[in-house]
Amino acid sequence: MLKFTEEHEWLKIDGDVATVGITEHAAGQLGDLVFVELPEAGSTFSKGDTAATVESVKAASDVYCPLDGEIVEANQAIVDDPSLVNSDPQGAAWFFKLKLADPDAAKALLDEAAYKELVA
Amino acid sequence: MEDVSPLKHTPLHALHLSRGARMVPFAGYDMPVQYPEGVLKEHLHTRTAAGVFDVSHMGQILVRPKSGKIEDAALALEKLVPVDVLSLAEGRQRYGLFTNATGGILDDLMIVNRGDHLFLVVNAACKDADFAHLKNGLGSLCDVTMLTDRALIALQGPRAGAVLCELWADVASMRFMDVAEADLHDVSCIISRSGYTGEDGFEISIPTEAAVDVTQRLLEHPDVLPIGLGARDSLRLEAGLCLYGNDIDTSTSPIEAGLEWAIQKSRRADGERAGGFPGADRILAEFTHGVSRRRVGLKPEGRAPVRGGVRLFADAEGNTAAGTVTSGGFGPSVDGPIAMGYVDAEHAETGTRLFAEVRGKFLPVAVSALPFIKQTYKR
Repeated sequence: MLKFTEEHEWLKIDGDVATVGITEHAAGQLGDLVFVELPEAGSTFSKGDTAATVESVKAASDVYCPLDGEIVEANQAIVDDPSLVNSDPQGAAWFFKLKLADPDAAKALLDEAAYKELVA
Repeated sequence: MEDVSPLKHTPLHALHLSRGARMVPFAGYDMPVQYPEGVLKEHLHTRTAAGVFDVSHMGQILVRPKSGKIEDAALALEKLVPVDVLSLAEGRQRYGLFTNATGGILDDLMIVNRGDHLFLVVNAACKDADFAHLKNGLGSLCDVTMLTDRALIALQGPRAGAVLCELWADVASMRFMDVAEADLHDVSCIISRSGYTGEDGFEISIPTEAAVDVTQRLLEHPDVLPIGLGARDSLRLEAGLCLYGNDIDTSTSPIEAGLEWAIQKSRRADGERAGGFPGADRILAEFTHGVSRRRVGLKPEGRAPVRGGVRLFADAEGNTAAGTVTSGGFGPSVDGPIAMGYVDAEHAETGTRLFAEVRGKFLPVAVSALPFIKQTYKR
């Protein structure tokens, strides 16, 4: 199941684990990224908490946790090479995997059509 | 309350849009922050080839002596700036500062001797205040005019000289801070060999009606890309140059800012025209007695950018305050984060390790010499 947030994150949900990243639209708006800071595995976040930070040449931006849950894995590849977020934001440049506290809560997020309408 | 006054456009506004620029409000103008190439590529292109910047939002001001004698205008302006204007030769430009009564900085500017008048270039956000300040200070001796019928562009980078040479061959004889009048595309322009990137390059004042033509001619050259405000900021930061409002303002003195070099000997204590500018008491005393804080370069040890407003500490626990970052970000040519800021004098020595508070962590940064890149001015 693929879901989106109004804060421009995507979630690919498999059972109770969501792989989370930022959308192509968000990556384009941020411009060339030069730094990514990711949460540690084992840390827990509530929906709306700042879970990661991305920085372009010009500015820092927060990436919010899209749902309540626990980080089970972070993607070291984008820490090593932040430009991956610009080149493949909805593929190889996922940010973290989140074990959802309440998998049903994902149903309330945007589907792809609704998200596309949001950024159109 | 939000400022709802409409944004002004420079004469190159439509050209920016046609090149796909992302526009942002800056100092009351709708300005290009980046083009489709992006800040990183625009920055690196300027350092390896050449870039064109629209800086038409800046103020271009003429100061014409009523007596007809340029010395009178120079001496009148010296009452507002701690700069030796009198010795500035015709066709030469010099960096200057407007100071206030407490020795703070009202704005920084360029001063040009154009033979029978002075030509000043001031920051966009300060230009109306600067104009009023000049009228008030020099109005009885000089006619002060804000030029509203000229664009201003910068052509910067190692290929800038060769590119401009194709429009005007005599450019080859110009040295850093020379200023000449020349016909580009049959239009009379004022060209100075200077800029805000640390690279060789030119700043070109163009009559509004010809601004698009001349700029397009430069952009047609295969070595030239348009460059937005984003890369302008990262280029000047690498070059160690101050941004007014961030690194210098009314709360910083020229000595704290490390701008002693902009105050020539003739205006210092024991100089032939010592003092006589606003805040001279404090500024001349600081030459003798030193200052309690200094502007320094800061090089974060890790990859995380350390930005303006971040607090600096002498220890990794954040117990002893040491200063504040005023500008910071990522330096594409340095290939790492860079910053500058004010630190207490006891921490200002190059190599001193300080700690920057970023998102609750204390990241190690080293006090570093400025600039971060080698300046390549044609001296």
